[in-house]
Amino acid sequence: MAEKPVAEQAGVAAPDPVAEILAALSEQYPDAVQADTRKGYSGIVVRPEKLVEVATALRDQLGYDYLSSATAVDYLGKGDHLEMVYHVYRIRQGGPALVFKALTPRVSATLPSLISVWPGADLQEREAYDLMGIRFEGHPNLKRILLWEGFNGHPLRKDWKEAYYEQDQKPFDSRWPGGKVHRAEENNPYGRNVSYPDDFTLEGYTPPDENSIYAGLGMGVSMQELASPGLETERLIVNLGPHHPSTHGVFRMIVTLNGETIESLEPVMGYLHRNHEKIGERNTFIQNMPFTDRLDYISSMSNNFGYAMAVEKLLALGARYQPPPYRAEVIRVLMAEFTRVVNHLWAIGFLLNDLGAFFTPALYAIGERELILDFFEATAGSRLMCNYMRFGGVFKDLPERIQGIPLLTNDRVRNEPTMDFLDSLINERLPRAVDELDRYLTKSEIMITRCEGVGVLPPEMAIAYSTAGPVLRASGVPYDIRRSDPYSIYPELDFDVAVRYNGDIYDRYLIRLDEIRQSIRILKQLLPRLRETEGQPIISGTKAYSPRVPEGEAYGRVENPKGELGFYVISDGGQNAWRYHVRAPSYINLTALSEMCKGHKIADVVAVLGSIDIVLGETDR
Amino acid sequence: MYGLGVLKGMGVTLKHFMDTYIEDIQFLGKGKKTDAAFQIRQGSRARSLGLFTVEYPEEKIAVPERFRFIPFLVTNNLDDEENPGKDWCTSCGICPKVCPPQCIWIVRGTDPETGRPKPEPEEFHIDIDLCMNCGLCAEFCPFDAIKMDHDYELASYDRSGHHIFDKQRLSKEFRYWRSIAPTISAEEAEARGGWEHKDTLKEKAKAARAAKPTQESAES
Repeated sequence: MAEKPVAEQAGVAAPDPVAEILAALSEQYPDAVQADTRKGYSGIVVRPEKLVEVATALRDQLGYDYLSSATAVDYLGKGDHLEMVYHVYRIRQGGPALVFKALTPRVSATLPSLISVWPGADLQEREAYDLMGIRFEGHPNLKRILLWEGFNGHPLRKDWKEAYYEQDQKPFDSRWPGGKVHRAEENNPYGRNVSYPDDFTLEGYTPPDENSIYAGLGMGVSMQELASPGLETERLIVNLGPHHPSTHGVFRMIVTLNGETIESLEPVMGYLHRNHEKIGERNTFIQNMPFTDRLDYISSMSNNFGYAMAVEKLLALGARYQPPPYRAEVIRVLMAEFTRVVNHLWAIGFLLNDLGAFFTPALYAIGERELILDFFEATAGSRLMCNYMRFGGVFKDLPERIQGIPLLTNDRVRNEPTMDFLDSLINERLPRAVDELDRYLTKSEIMITRCEGVGVLPPEMAIAYSTAGPVLRASGVPYDIRRSDPYSIYPELDFDVAVRYNGDIYDRYLIRLDEIRQSIRILKQLLPRLRETEGQPIISGTKAYSPRVPEGEAYGRVENPKGELGFYVISDGGQNAWRYHVRAPSYINLTALSEMCKGHKIADVVAVLGSIDIVLGETDR
Repeated sequence: MYGLGVLKGMGVTLKHFMDTYIEDIQFLGKGKKTDAAFQIRQGSRARSLGLFTVEYPEEKIAVPERFRFIPFLVTNNLDDEENPGKDWCTSCGICPKVCPPQCIWIVRGTDPETGRPKPEPEEFHIDIDLCMNCGLCAEFCPFDAIKMDHDYELASYDRSGHHIFDKQRLSKEFRYWRSIAPTISAEEAEARGGWEHKDTLKEKAKAARAAKPTQESAES
């Protein structure tokens, strides 16, 4: 078993669906579609005028019913156009992605909206509008989402420069050999880096008010109307949040109420926005690895995994690529599954917080998490920000012992062989903890009353809104990337895709318990594999700090605990990514939030949000 | 019966509550915050489901060898016979190139006579407010000269005065690195072929090679 080559995760083995689909499409739309023939690229380029028709055909005739990712790329200096890139999947059959693209000039920057075909395009198109400045015709609510109204420019465009801008790409020349230290904040942030609109003066400037947010609620109630006296209405706008970070993060929901019932809901986000993708484009490939930790900071290990896979797919376009060795894959899956356990324990604990059971269930749930984090710390060097995966393998092999080195006063030492530690953790402690949580919560009448039948998301809607992960599977769609588009060593592991059918909060709670149990099942199978492969290499080739990444595009996706995490990376052959996009499950799952909440009471909103399980580090990026 | 589920759930809470005290009984008289008690309470084989908390700062979990928190620079020991306190850093520039938040500033040394670069840093600064503790600098340093520290208690009253570490503040003796990372430093020494700096070892090997032929020629 040990010598068996790892399942081709480089996307080489999977049959290329593009030619087949292209043939089918060109029959219907002879002039509208053509293959993307650029070096290292794949997929179909669609003429913008026919985009909606082609997309409809893809969905209805060819079975691509799930829009996973929609993002824009700026090719400044490389053709000077903007490009919208869509990744679609067949959710019933599984299989690899179909990529199609639509081009538009940088100045006019207009494309038809695909929201009528896949409603899940909603937030993603708004993001592309916000950060890249593409206007989507037919989008009902096209306004900024991560940045505020009144922000000048579109920051993911290549000619946009941030405050304290130093240089287009790292490493900065000012650091070595003549590296005189200075603080960026001692510079003027509004120096030549920032551009203002032509008619702009700072004097007398008042920031635009929030009417546009309220106007976007689409319920025909204006603020003036609500504020004016004597108007007889039972409607009310309530702002929930921006919350304190200790709940779910700084997230805000604007709900319109009729009495206590929710009529519409608008998520407002971006309070934690730092333009992760721009930072990623400034970074060299390896430099970006620790930044991925900071996306969904509960599950940094699997973030690393997805990013490493995306860049490995790019590396595989080159001649001398070697896939990660078997032991590296075993360790990666071990880490990813531990992460899933950690994340779901956390999600369950904090769902109970949202239901009003403050912190007792949460602390019981995250007790075992401590031990898993201790293991991460001993292996990777950090509990949360693991930065553990490398292109072609992992940072270091598992340590021999989980051992503390006393240094500070009052340091207490733990000292156990790693394999014993894992053995008792996986075989005893974790199953016991899950069973206890099950006993503690599942049958509780309060839990059932609050959760059953609330926030229902029917399966068709779950697919249409591009939800992923536990949210999708709790709605009766057994779609799990580990099975439907397998990567790493998942094909040889024995586990079931958990699925529940009611699509309410209660099922989203139950499915997390199911998934923890399935993860423990996988972890148990990994223990003998770890023992067998002891001493084998954990990284292929030599570790380089600036690997040569061939030109091309790649989309690496993993089944993160919160759903499909995808990294769309474009390399132009240089040291840095030309485009780096994160398909964030926390963000896209929120597209369906409004639908889930409609018709429920205001007290249920927070519970519904808790059941989606978002992390704002990933939502806002 | 309605409410039974809630009651059973409360039973779990009650058990946790009781377990905490039952567990404490075994530490009576011996103290709960000793190394031995810590092994039992925080080890993976702990039987009890009692309170899991570590009461910082009266007790702290000793961090493992690979723990990383703010880099430091390795120098020769201060009682080294040949070059006490000499920097291991050769100012090759790999760490500032690989540093993701770009928090490392190095002024490369120049030889005052020839004006050519010489392999030691003149100035070395790390802005620890920027540092994200990723450990890439230590991972890619070819001279084992920059390492990640274990001391995480760095609170200070003034951000502007204390958070840019200069070379003096960053430098720590090699013996410190050996003490916080016994196995890793041993592995590295094995890879280098000795406990000293790579270049020192090279020079020694060269000198030994140079000494050997003369010895042979003297014998013949």
